[in-house]
Amino acid sequence: MEDREIKIKQDLLSRFPYLSDKVRVQRFRRIYAEVDYANFAEVFEYAVQKLNFAFLCTITGLDEGEKISFLYHLATLNGIVLSLKTSVPKDKPILKTIIGYFRGAEIYEREIMDLLGAKVEGLPEGKRYPLPDDWPLDQYPLRKDWRPNA
Amino acid sequence: MHKVIIPIGPQHPALKEPASFRVALSGENITGMTIRLGYNHRGIEKACEERTYIQDVYLVERICGICSHSHSSTFVQAAEEIAALDVPRRAKYIRTLVGELERIHSHLLWLGVAGHEIGFDTLLMYTWRDREIVMDILAMITGNRVNYGINCIGGVRRDITQEHAKDILRGVKTLEERTNYYIDIATKETTIIKRLSKVGMLSHDDALKLGAIGPTGRASGVDRDTRRDDPYAAYEELDFKVITDNHCDVYGRTVVRLGELLESYKIIRQVLKKIPEGPIAIKAPRKIPAGEAVSRYEAPRGENMHYVKSNGSEKPERVKVRAPTLANLQTVSKMLEDRQLADLPIVIAAIDPCFSCTDRLISVKEHSAKRSKILKWDELREYGIHWYQHRGVNFSEINDKLRKKL
Repeated sequence: MEDREIKIKQDLLSRFPYLSDKVRVQRFRRIYAEVDYANFAEVFEYAVQKLNFAFLCTITGLDEGEKISFLYHLATLNGIVLSLKTSVPKDKPILKTIIGYFRGAEIYEREIMDLLGAKVEGLPEGKRYPLPDDWPLDQYPLRKDWRPNA
Repeated sequence: MHKVIIPIGPQHPALKEPASFRVALSGENITGMTIRLGYNHRGIEKACEERTYIQDVYLVERICGICSHSHSSTFVQAAEEIAALDVPRRAKYIRTLVGELERIHSHLLWLGVAGHEIGFDTLLMYTWRDREIVMDILAMITGNRVNYGINCIGGVRRDITQEHAKDILRGVKTLEERTNYYIDIATKETTIIKRLSKVGMLSHDDALKLGAIGPTGRASGVDRDTRRDDPYAAYEELDFKVITDNHCDVYGRTVVRLGELLESYKIIRQVLKKIPEGPIAIKAPRKIPAGEAVSRYEAPRGENMHYVKSNGSEKPERVKVRAPTLANLQTVSKMLEDRQLADLPIVIAAIDPCFSCTDRLISVKEHSAKRSKILKWDELREYGIHWYQHRGVNFSEINDKLRKKL
């Protein structure tokens, strides 16, 4: 395991003590961190602005039963990927948009809205993605209990 | 001037795949644009959850008809990381080889499309003709022109032989000569330079802000390439340059792709020289232990990313795919701001959005014959040549001339 990943981990831990057992270096260039949604904004901003995670690969949504989790895959220019995971309750899956940091995130946010039913606040008006316009508003195909033709 | 909104797509004769562009025009000038995507959404991520890892390798390979190897490689890399498999080095070299051959066929295809979009169809004919060389090489070593099926979890399915290496090197030599000729054309031919320069401008800052990747980003000076920054397969052991350019327009994107072709030839020669002996695969478990992995791959169009989460069973819990076109399409509205409608086809084509490709076995039904028959590749070729000759089109003479010239 290389030093620079460990350094990023230590940096996160010293700045945000509540992450104590939540940061994991899986291998060189791959860091995973889990953060409560209440603290998500400050950790995210710190990673983007101070730790040089200047590129957003994508946002992955996961149906984890009672909650829905989102992984924001951030990358540095030298190839390190930080997957910052946060969760919101399934019955109130509200997130704030990150297009203030990454203008290109809009399409990824619309994707988790359509496929997992996230409610992303702060997005400008626009077309949905990727489901058809006449797709029912309460059908989220990537939720685990969703079945085709159900 | 009176504003007009023109819908281009979702189905449109000028588009190679479905997408919807609503273009607001004042006269000929574009004043605004909204893009609607998703017409090609096939629910592959959900389908992956319902299938085994082995089935998924073949399913993700069919996400794209051009960069199929990119998707299967990205997926198997993730599964191998979770299962902690030590993939043999020879397999990594073969993956790299197929990956670079795929980049060559994709970039040559793009060059032809770009030529076509600006009314330079001779370039389309030339590049697609040359592209057959790399398609034949791919067919020779993998058994297929697209959807190569070379990857498996734990390695690759077919080895390459000394004879393959000779044929590949011979093909690469011809392709390199041809590419140098195209570079000569692209950098000296005034018509091309004038038609592509200052068209589809994307400033360095906008490219960063909008997350442009691959040749689209690199032509705006964004020095990123997963092969160098986050090396996978055998790239760590190979020497190559990341091509960037500061023109920030379609011309720059052309220069970058042409430069990348030369780098791919260089990489292929190194792969064939350095490829170690040994096994090409190790046995992978049917059930992948619980875990997660983020896998990245520099596809011809830019960074391809998969996230795979495993629950310990033989089917993945979640497979997330982010193909490069999704990241790049968001730059198109920016590139077309205040431009003329006539620039729209080449600007959209310049990010190289994906479209599907060909099949290898074709079932031909003759009008007179009652039965249909299956043709082998060589027979199909013969059939095509005779079909044209019968109608008075004969390329044999021109083929001989060109062969002598090369």
